[in-house]
Amino acid sequence: MIPPGLTVMLFLQGSFSGRGMKKQTIDSRPTGPKPLYDPRVRALFFQVISLAAVFWVGWVLIDNTLSNMQSRGISTGFGFLGESAGFGIIMHLVPYDATMSYGRTFWVGLTNTLLVSAMGIVTATILGFVIGVARLSSNWLVAKVALVYIEIIRNIPLLLQIFFWYFAVLSNLPSPRQSVEVGGALFLNNRGLYLPGPVLQDGFGLVWGAVVLALVAVVGVRVWAKKRQLATGDIFPTFKVSIALLILLPLVAYFIAGRPLEWDLPALKGFNFGGGITLIPELVALWIALSLYTASFIAEIVRSGILSVSQGQTEASKALGLPNGLTLRLVVIPQAMRVIIPPLTSQYLNLVKNSSLATAIGYPDLVAVFMGTTLNQTGQAVEVVAITMAVYLTISLLISLFMNLYNRAVAIKER
Amino acid sequence: MTESMIRPPIKKLAPVKWMRTHLFSNWFNSLLTLAVGYLLITSVGPLLNWLIFDATFQGSGPDDCVEAGACWLFVKQRLNFFIYGFYPDEFQWRVDIMFALLAAAFVPQFIERFPGRKWLGIFGMTGLPIIGCVLIPGGILGLEEVGSSKWGGLMLTLILAYIGILASLPIGVLLALGRRSDMPVIRGLCVVFIEVWRAVPLITVLFMASVMLPLFLPDGVSFEKLARALIGITLWQSAYMAEVIRGGLQAIPRGQYEAANALGLGYWRKMGLVILPQALKLVIPGIVNTFISLFKDTTLVLIIGLFDILGAVQSTIADPAWQNVAIEGYVFVAFCFWVFCFGISRYSQNLERKLDTGHKT
Amino acid sequence: MTQHTESKDVQAVNKPGIIRVEGMHKWYGNFHVLKDLNLTIDQGERIVICGPSGSGKSTFIRCINRLEEHQQGRIIVDDVELTDDVRHIDSVRREVGMVFQHFNLFPHLTVLENCCLSPIWVRKTPRREAEACAMEYLERVKIPDQANKYPGQLSGGQQQRVAIARALCMKPKIMLFDEPTSALDPEMIKEVLDVMIELAGSGMTMICVTHEMGFAKTVADRVIFMDGGEIVEEAPPSEFFSNPREARTQQFLQQILQH
Repeated sequence: MIPPGLTVMLFLQGSFSGRGMKKQTIDSRPTGPKPLYDPRVRALFFQVISLAAVFWVGWVLIDNTLSNMQSRGISTGFGFLGESAGFGIIMHLVPYDATMSYGRTFWVGLTNTLLVSAMGIVTATILGFVIGVARLSSNWLVAKVALVYIEIIRNIPLLLQIFFWYFAVLSNLPSPRQSVEVGGALFLNNRGLYLPGPVLQDGFGLVWGAVVLALVAVVGVRVWAKKRQLATGDIFPTFKVSIALLILLPLVAYFIAGRPLEWDLPALKGFNFGGGITLIPELVALWIALSLYTASFIAEIVRSGILSVSQGQTEASKALGLPNGLTLRLVVIPQAMRVIIPPLTSQYLNLVKNSSLATAIGYPDLVAVFMGTTLNQTGQAVEVVAITMAVYLTISLLISLFMNLYNRAVAIKER
Repeated sequence: MTESMIRPPIKKLAPVKWMRTHLFSNWFNSLLTLAVGYLLITSVGPLLNWLIFDATFQGSGPDDCVEAGACWLFVKQRLNFFIYGFYPDEFQWRVDIMFALLAAAFVPQFIERFPGRKWLGIFGMTGLPIIGCVLIPGGILGLEEVGSSKWGGLMLTLILAYIGILASLPIGVLLALGRRSDMPVIRGLCVVFIEVWRAVPLITVLFMASVMLPLFLPDGVSFEKLARALIGITLWQSAYMAEVIRGGLQAIPRGQYEAANALGLGYWRKMGLVILPQALKLVIPGIVNTFISLFKDTTLVLIIGLFDILGAVQSTIADPAWQNVAIEGYVFVAFCFWVFCFGISRYSQNLERKLDTGHKT
Repeated sequence: MTQHTESKDVQAVNKPGIIRVEGMHKWYGNFHVLKDLNLTIDQGERIVICGPSGSGKSTFIRCINRLEEHQQGRIIVDDVELTDDVRHIDSVRREVGMVFQHFNLFPHLTVLENCCLSPIWVRKTPRREAEACAMEYLERVKIPDQANKYPGQLSGGQQQRVAIARALCMKPKIMLFDEPTSALDPEMIKEVLDVMIELAGSGMTMICVTHEMGFAKTVADRVIFMDGGEIVEEAPPSEFFSNPREARTQQFLQQILQH
C-alpha cells in the first residue's frame, strides 16, 4: 500500500511548496521573516516530516511482516541459531557436521566466503598488474594480446564465466583414474584439484628460526644500507640482497636440519584420491572465474593509473638525469599508486560481493549455506537476510575505512 | 626558402625494421614475442577449427553433430527459446516490434549526424516503455494476455536491464540531490540508503526481493516473481545511479550554482533548469557504464528461477538428447553479451572523449 | 662521466663552444619544425631566445637535452654529441639543468626531497651532503623556510624558484629555461626573474626562452629571434632592440613593445 519512494515524494512535495513561499519573503518586514518563511524553520520542518515518513513506512512494514509471519506460523527472534541444522556441507574450514547448529552454518559459510575472496584477491591482483603493464608494453604483440584479453573478459557476465569453468571445463575433466597429473604431486580431475600437503617433522623449528633470522637480517641490512648511503652516498642493492637472504637462509637451515619437511602426496585410493589438500571443483571454478574477471578490471585501473602521471613529470625527471628505471621507480610509480589504490580496493570489494555467485554452482559460501539452505529450512527470512546483509555491510565498511585511512596518509598536499 | 624544400629523412618502416622496434627491441621482448607467438599459433588454429571449420551448422538433429567441431545446430534449433523464452509463437510479432523499435531508437545514437537522433533517444526513454507495457503483456486493446511467467530468453534480459535503468534514473537523481542537500537528516537518510544497497551483493537483494517482499506486504497484495525481481534490481541500481549522478553534480563549478541563485531561481528550478541538464550530460558515459554492468548482472535472476538468456541456455544444455553442448551454449550467450557490451562501451568511450575535449576548448 | 664534474673547478677559463649546433633539422611527421639551425654558445654566455608562439623555440631548447630528437645535423654539448646512445644522453642531462613552463615539480615529494632526488640517485651524493647543498640553493632562491612543504602548498612563483633550485642542485654547467614566467601571475614574475638575474650574474651559461624583454635587455649577451623554425636574427640586445635588421623582427618587436 505504501510505495517505497514515499519519503522521497514527501521531500519533493515539501520543497515544491517551499519554492512558492520564497517569493513572498521579499515582502517580509525587516524585523526578520515569520517562522513560516524562515528557511531554517522550513528545513527543520521538511526533515521532521521525512524522518516521520521513514519511521511510518518502517513501522507499517514491520507490522505487516509480523502479522504475515504469525499467520504462517513462523516465530521471530534469533533462537533458531541454536537449533541443530541437520544438513551436511561439502566443504568447511571450521569443524562441522550435520548435528551442529544453524549458528555454526553461518561460520562455515562466512569462512568459505573469506577463503575464496582471499584467494581471488591475491591471484587477481598479480594477474591484473601483469596484464595492465603488458597493455603498455612496447612489445606490440604483448600489448595487443593484453588488450584482447581485457576486452573479451570484462564484457562477458561473470556468472556465465563461472558456469563455463564449472559445467563446461571442470565437469568434462577425466575421472580420478585418468587424472591430469603434474609430476606425480598435483592431480586434476572432475572431483577437484589435489595438491600435496606439507607435513612438518621434528626439527622444522630450525627453519622457522632461519626465517625469523632472515627477517631480522633484512631489517638490519636496510638500516645499515641507509646509514651507509647517508655517510658515503653509495647505493647498496638492498632489494636483491633482501630477497637472497629470505631465500637462502631458510634453505640452508632446511638442509642442515636434515630436510624436516615431508609432503603428503595425494594418491588414488579406490575410486577417489586421498591425502594432500583437496580443492573441490566448485572452489576451483569460482576462484578461476573471479580471478580472471577481476583481473581484467584491475588491469585497466593499473594502466590508467600509470598513464595518469603527466608527461611533464617524466620529462622533468629525465631532465634531472634520472635514467628510465629510476624515473619509473621514484617518480611514476609512487604517483600512479595513489591513483590505483582507491579503485583497486573497490574492485576487491566487488570481488567479495561477486563471490556470492557461488550459490549458482553450489560452492558453500555465506549466501549459499546461510541465505540458501538455512533460510529454506528455518523460514526465518528476516533474521537471516538481516545477518547476511550485515556481514557484507561490515566488510564493505572495513574496506572503505582502510581506503580512507590510506587516502589520508598518501594524499598529495595542496594549498 | 630552400630549407623548407628538404623532406624529413624517411624512416624506413619496412617490415623488418617494424618488427625490430615493436617485437624484438631487446632480448626480453624477443623472448616474450616468441613465447606469446607460440601460444597463439598453437591455440588459435584448433580454436578456429572447432568454432568454424569442423563445426556443424546444418542438419536435422543431435546425430548430425560431429565430435571434432562445435555443434551450432543445437543453438540454431533452440534459438527461438533463447530469444523469446516460452512466449507463444503466434504472438512473437509483438516482441519483434519491440526489438525493432528498440533498435530504431538506439542504433542511430551510434551514428553522428543522424537526423533527429536526439528525438529518437527521447522516444526510447519515454514512448518506447509505454508501448512495451501494452504490447508485451497484452490483455488490453484486444491483445491476448501473455503472463510474465512465459517471458524469457534475450527478451527478458533486455526487459530487466532496460526497466532497471529507466526506473533507477529518477530515483538516483533524487538520492543524489538528497545526498548533496544541506539538510542533515535528508542527507543522512540518503547516505544510509545508498551505502547499504551498494554494500550488499545483488544476489542477496534478489533473494530478499523474492522471500522478504511477500512478508512486507499486507494480505491480499502480491507481486509476480518478475515484478519482485525488478523492484529489487531497481532499488539496488538506483544507489549506483545516485553515485554516478553525484559525480556529475560535483563536477559542475560553484559559479553555476551562484549564477542560478543570483538569477533568483528557487531550488527546484535551479536544479532542473541549470544544474541537472549540465550534470546529466556529463555523466552519460557513467550511466552507460552502469547500464553495461547491470546488463551483465541481469544473468543473476536465473538463481531465483527466471529464464533470462543464460537461464534458458542453462536449462537446455542439460537436455539428454544433446550430448555435451554446454560449451556451444555458453559461447553463444557469451557472444550475445559481448556484442552488446563491447558495442555500448565503445560508444561510451567515444562520448567520453568528445565530452572531454568539449570541456577543454 | 664523473670527470665532467671534477673538471668543472679546473676550468677557470671560459670554454668556447660549450654548445654547438650544426645544420640541425627536426620534423614532426611531415611538419618541418626546425630548419637548418646553426649556433655556437660559449661557456658563461647568456642567450635569450624569443619569437612568436609556434616558432619552434621551445622545441629547440628541448633538443639540447634530448627531450626531443633531432633528425638531421649535429648537437654537441660539452664535447658530447647527442645521438641515440643512452650513455651520451645521460651524461649530457647531468650537465644540463632545465626549468619548465609548468614547473613539473614532483607533487609526492617535499621541496627538499625534490631537490635531493637527483643528486642522491644520479650523482650518488650522501644524503646529508645533498640536503645541505639543497638548503644552500633554496636560500639562494630565498625560500629555505619552505623546504619541508609539498609543492602543492606553494604559490606559482615559489614553485618555479624551487624548480630552479632543483635544477641547480645537480651543479649543471648549462641551464635551460623554457618560458619560466609564462604560467605565472604578474606579481610573481618579478621574484622569479630576480633569481634568474642573480644566477646570470654568477657566470652560469644560460639559454632562456622568454617574452620578458626587460630581462633580455639587462642580462643577455645575445638575443636570438626565431620565426617559422628558423633563426631569423642574432644580435647583442642593444643592437637587437634599437636597430633590428630583419623586417620580421621589427614587426615582432613592434607588437610586443606596443603595450
